[in-house]
Parts: sequence; C-alpha cells; structure tokens
Amino acid sequence: MKVVSRFYRLSDAGTRTVTLTVDGTPITAQERDSLAAALLAHSAKASRRTTRLDTPRTAYCMMGVCFDCLVEVDGHANVQACMTQVREGMVVRLQSGLPEMRGRND
Amino acid sequence: MPLQSTETTIIGGGVVGLSVALGLLQTGQQVTVLDGADSDLRASQGNFGLVWLQGKGSNYPAYARWTSEAVSDWADFADLLTDLSDIDVHLEQPGGYEVFTEQSEFDEFLVELENQGKTLGKNLDAEILTGAAMRHRFPELGSKVVGATFCSRDGHVNPLKLLRALRIAVTRLGGQIISNATITNITPTPSGGFSLIDRSGQTFGAEQIVLCAGLGAMALAPQLGFRTRVRAQRGELLITEKIGSPLPFLSSTIRQVDEGGIQIGGTKADAGLDDGDTLEFTARLAQHAVEVFPQLEKTRILRSWGALRIMSDDGYPVYAQSSDHPGAFLVTCHSGITLAPNHAGPLAKWIANTSDAPNLEAFDESRFPFLQTV
Repeated sequence: MKVVSRFYRLSDAGTRTVTLTVDGTPITAQERDSLAAALLAHSAKASRRTTRLDTPRTAYCMMGVCFDCLVEVDGHANVQACMTQVREGMVVRLQSGLPEMRGRND
Repeated sequence: MPLQSTETTIIGGGVVGLSVALGLLQTGQQVTVLDGADSDLRASQGNFGLVWLQGKGSNYPAYARWTSEAVSDWADFADLLTDLSDIDVHLEQPGGYEVFTEQSEFDEFLVELENQGKTLGKNLDAEILTGAAMRHRFPELGSKVVGATFCSRDGHVNPLKLLRALRIAVTRLGGQIISNATITNITPTPSGGFSLIDRSGQTFGAEQIVLCAGLGAMALAPQLGFRTRVRAQRGELLITEKIGSPLPFLSSTIRQVDEGGIQIGGTKADAGLDDGDTLEFTARLAQHAVEVFPQLEKTRILRSWGALRIMSDDGYPVYAQSSDHPGAFLVTCHSGITLAPNHAGPLAKWIANTSDAPNLEAFDESRFPFLQTV
C-alpha cells in the first residue's frame, strides 16, 4: 500500500533538486531540504522503529530535540535527519533496532 | 477500635524522601510527602545510578557495613518495587570495576580498599588487577589503564525508573505526595507538632516530620536546631547515543544504561549551587571514557549535565532526631540510590521506633561540633 504524504510543498519554482536513495529507492528532494523534510515529503510511512518496543516513529520536533528522526546516512547510524541537509547521492537507510558501536577513528 | 496511627510528613520527594516514606507506610504510619518544584535542585534526577560498595566507608566502618547491607538487600527491594509499582527499575549487580589511568589515584584507592576490607572481610569480595591483567581479561581496554579493582557485589539501576517506581509505590500504599510545595519555614507549635510554610505561603500542619530535602537542608536543618551542615558537590555527566553493542563491563565512571546509551561521570567540583556543566569537565569525561574504551571514540555524545551531590561535613550519612524538637528527624546522604533499601527498611523502623529498630548512633549528628548560627 502506498502511504501518501500529507505534507505539500510551497511553490518554490527554480530550486534545484537532488537525488538520494532511501533503502535503495531513489527519491528527489529540493537542494536546501533537511533530510527529515525530504523524508516527510516523500512518504507518510514511519522512518524508524523504536529500539525497545519496536513501535513506528518519524520526525516530530524538526529542531534537533526529540531524536525521533534518527536514520542511517552514508553508513553512519543515529543521524538526526532534521539536522542534516540533503546531498546529491546521499545513501539513507531506515533504522530498526540498536546500531552497533562505530569503532575507533582511523 | 484501632489506635490512631502516627502521621508523618516528609519534606522532600526525591529518592531519599520517597524511600523513607515507603518504609514508614509499611510500618503502618500515615505519610504525606511534600515535594518541591521542578526547578529545585534535584539529585534524584541527575545522578549516575550506581548501587556501589567498593571504597565506601574505608575510614568509617559503620558506613561500610551499612552500605554492604544495602547492596545485599537491593534485589529484594527491586522486587518489592516491581510488585508495588509494576515498574522494572533494571537493577543489575554483575560486579563492577574501578578503573584507573593515574598510578597515584590507583595507589590511593588500594589503601582505601584495604581499609574497607578490614571492616567487611570476605563480604567485600574485591580483586586487584594490574593494567596488564585487565588488558588480558578485556583485550579491548585502552593502553592508558594502569590498574583496576573489581568488587563482585557492585551494580547499577535505572535511577529515573527508581524515582518513578517509588512515587507510584508510595501512592499505592496510601501515601499522599504533594507537588510544588517547597518548604521555606518550619516552626514547632506549642502543642507539639510543626507548622510548615511553603514558598507560595501555603501552610501545612504536621505531627512528626522527617527532613529529606537534600540541599534544602541548608536552610531548613538550622530551623530545627540540627547542627548538621550540608554543602553541594557538583558532578558532571555525559550520555551517548544508544548503541546495541554491550560494554564489556560495568565501572564506576562508565556504564551502559538499560536503554543502550552510555553514561559517563564521576567528576567532583565545588561550584556552590550552580548545577550547570562546563566544557573543561565534560571534555575530561569524554577523554577518560576513550582512554578506558578506545572503541568509544566515534560514539556520539547526546547530552551533558551537572548535578549536585549533598555532602555532610565528613561525607557520611546523617540520621538524627532533633534534641530540641522531638518528632523532627533529619536524613541526609549522598548515596541515596545505593542506600534506598536501608532507608525504606531499617531507617524507617528507627524513625518509627519499632521493636526491631536498629541502633543508628554511628550516624547521629553528635559527631559534628555545634556551630552557633550567625
């Protein structure tokens, strides 16, 4: 079932678009979008499941406080999508469960 | 017809006040807890959550024994809280390490541990490890670790769930918790009992009172003739993002909470009543964590905060009844999480003066000099 986003864009003709992938599926976003805004505009589906009770969540506060928009970006888990600007070629994965420790700096 | 039961009012709704409240309710008393405002200084909402024995009371045998008793009773206490509140406080007692990156601090601690062992004997169940022995046991450990001690009886709990469990348990046993009642004045009344006034001017009457107000005792203890003076000692803490990989062990400065985040703490500073956090100390904590567990290097810190410990002049708990005003008790300590089972058990019996009440003379305030209030 396609879950249609209930967000719509204000007209902003002329803004450049970028393409990123979410779990392998290409989506387009506007260049200055936060990743959370891009995900919300794309789909109304949950963008993560909670680590303890496995319940669905998506971006809520949009200002870096609630941590409900965590996603994996370019291999880094627990990234706050609302505090991250989209980039051409960004590889996004939706999180489920607790990520492993990142390990040491190289 | 049953006798009228004693009515006790507890000033302070943190972990200490609520533990005493729970214990008094179990002795059959009627209990009211006057809790302060959200903005009051609340050690119960900022602490590290250790249930810890090693190193405690090295120069104060009664405190070493009191802590050992609490650690033994914690598992039953956690079960009682779950029964009464339906909340799992996530107690774990897997044994814990004190880990040192400074040789002098390690040497000093070994003296303390030896002294504590003289009191507790085999009940301490501690082990001393060199840096090399630690790295053999835990290959992921950092090269800067010079040594560590292990005590099989140490553990930790989720302190915020503990606070919530206590509030629910007290309420379900019939205790009344009144919020936003920051008491500023206590006056003994001529007929016995006390009159309490809060910041907004509201008055409460009380038959018997137990002052469990943490740093609130600075202003309130002298009003009841207590000679105990408390001061604040600031600790700063960090918490990281939640991760699924378990840390190899529990230590007194680095622990993984049940939700997955790693809490780092243990600083001590005199900052008056300022419970803020500083770059200097939070950076030092992060560095310490990475020196112990280099694999934490890329783990992100989500929050940092400061919280104030409540310290008596010698750092040990005070359990005292006012000689000027019988019916007024003072309870203060800095390890309210570890000692919670004692506060809900033997201490409450001592306050209620039950037939099986323990002798708590070692924690009376007569050990402090009397200072004239100026």
